[in-house]
Amino acid sequence: MSNDQALINYTLRLADNALILSQRMIELVAAAPELEEELANANFALDFIGQARLFYSYAGELEGKGRGEDDFAFMRDENEFCNLLLLEQPNGHFGDALVRQFLFEAFYGHLLDALTHCSDKGLAEIAARAIKEVKYHCRHSSQWLVRLGDGTELSHECVQVSLDDVWRYTGEMFVADEIDTAIQENIDGPDLGAIRALWKRDVEKTVAEATLRLPVDEWMASGGKQGQHSEHLGFMLAEMQYLQRSFPGETW
Amino acid sequence: MYTQGLDQGDKETQASAGTPEQLAAFQERIDAEEKIEAKDWMPEAYRRTLIRQISQHAHSEVIGMQPEGNWLTRAPSLKRKAILLAKVQDEGGHGLYLYSAAETLGISRDQMVADLLSGKAKYSSIFNYPTVNWADIGAIGWLVDGAAIMNQIPLCRCSYGPYARAMVRVCKEESFHQRQGYELLLTLCRGSAEQKAMAQDALNRWWWPSLMMFGPNDSESKHSAQSMAWKIKRFSNDELRQKFVDVTVQQAEFLGISVPDPDLKLDKKTGHYTFGEIDWQEFIDVIAGNGPCNKQRLEKRQKAHSDGEWVREAAQAYASKQAARAAA
Ligand SMILES: [Fe+2]
Ligand SMILES: [Fe+2]
Repeated sequence: MSNDQALINYTLRLADNALILSQRMIELVAAAPELEEELANANFALDFIGQARLFYSYAGELEGKGRGEDDFAFMRDENEFCNLLLLEQPNGHFGDALVRQFLFEAFYGHLLDALTHCSDKGLAEIAARAIKEVKYHCRHSSQWLVRLGDGTELSHECVQVSLDDVWRYTGEMFVADEIDTAIQENIDGPDLGAIRALWKRDVEKTVAEATLRLPVDEWMASGGKQGQHSEHLGFMLAEMQYLQRSFPGETW
Repeated sequence: MYTQGLDQGDKETQASAGTPEQLAAFQERIDAEEKIEAKDWMPEAYRRTLIRQISQHAHSEVIGMQPEGNWLTRAPSLKRKAILLAKVQDEGGHGLYLYSAAETLGISRDQMVADLLSGKAKYSSIFNYPTVNWADIGAIGWLVDGAAIMNQIPLCRCSYGPYARAMVRVCKEESFHQRQGYELLLTLCRGSAEQKAMAQDALNRWWWPSLMMFGPNDSESKHSAQSMAWKIKRFSNDELRQKFVDVTVQQAEFLGISVPDPDLKLDKKTGHYTFGEIDWQEFIDVIAGNGPCNKQRLEKRQKAHSDGEWVREAAQAYASKQAARAAA
């Protein structure tokens, strides 16, 4: 793979992560446990949609074939999406969605931080913008994890199960493939090993504060980054893309 | 309007408290266009009317998130998705803001929410209609936010200070929503034949329910006179409805879609449009709970509330543990 192609694919991964997570989050609109949380969820989802748009537009610019944000979002098939499997998992209950958010954003924050220092100006700029948003999200989801973990007996049990269930999807974040390696080498991009250490430190700290038990690393699912998805993504895309696919080429 | 259920009559507020001197002094302040603030003395009926009106308004904002939220996952472009999500978030913010304004009158948000969930409190009938095609999102912004603005601009001068101030901020956002909705429809109407058909279909279904948002005809409206005297209300239902029709018909013409009313015509003498009779039976049915989506909307709210109970309990338990730790 050429260096240019690696950068395009890497940018699309970042875009897909943001879009697919936001798509899951907007499924939750009008279903939050309280109105303040409703607004926070919408706010964070908006941040992710904004980030996805920036990453997609940048990928289109790099590619130079005239594809824009909506071409990437609405006209690619399942196996062309390269988001993490974690992010396409169904919402479940409040604790499930929260744990997914918490584990991803703890990783994403450090990833963006590393990208702000990379030598590709375009990515560094988007990362610098996104990191402010994501740092705020991280605080919010950490606080909720602590509330649920150290709340009632019931909430403690619920969120422990959420954590255990979703843990298998965290490994994929840190397994560097050809594209991750190219990005690290070519543009002084993120070192996933170093990010894993930072992530683990943060997650351990919050999980301990939440009086929860850190799950043991066992079998880890992978493939999302390479376009091999769970059964859930197809339905998400069918729903998300249907108007664009039914009436191709129209302006909305 | 968002508070059209008020016009359905309320026995509780017929009773008024206060001495004749107090009531006269209160009315004098109102007549002098002074703002009544939370700590000021006010007749019990004034307080109750406002609680009902503001809480119905708040409930409408919150329930109103559902029909539009229905299209979030299917919005046909990322830009439209972001605009819609920002709008839905704004509506939730309006709800929060209005609940706070109502709380200044001595009712808790918990109580208001309980009244909504039990079906005791009303919200605007408009949100009991389904959003079945993408153009409905444009129609809601254009017509529903548009109708809301007609009613809420005068509310910015409402005699009750906290409500009036809330309305100033809310109105700014509603007019933004209205323009975005119209722009969405304009894009469809300038697009393919199928897209234009979506816009026409949306107008066909949303036109009459939008007119119903202004509440019953003046001859049927039970609370108008007192609310007018208290300067909670500045214009009658029919006046506002007429204003809305006059503005909106011309906007429909510019879109190139037709208003589904064979009786609609411009009266050259008055400069106003005359329009056909509203199906008041449908209005009464929807207010009474028998609209296409009443059950669904309320159940969704009830489910969100009950699903969230363990979460709220956890937050509360954690907060008390923290307080205990801080005290120790
Ligand atoms: Fe609103
Ligand atoms: Fe609005």
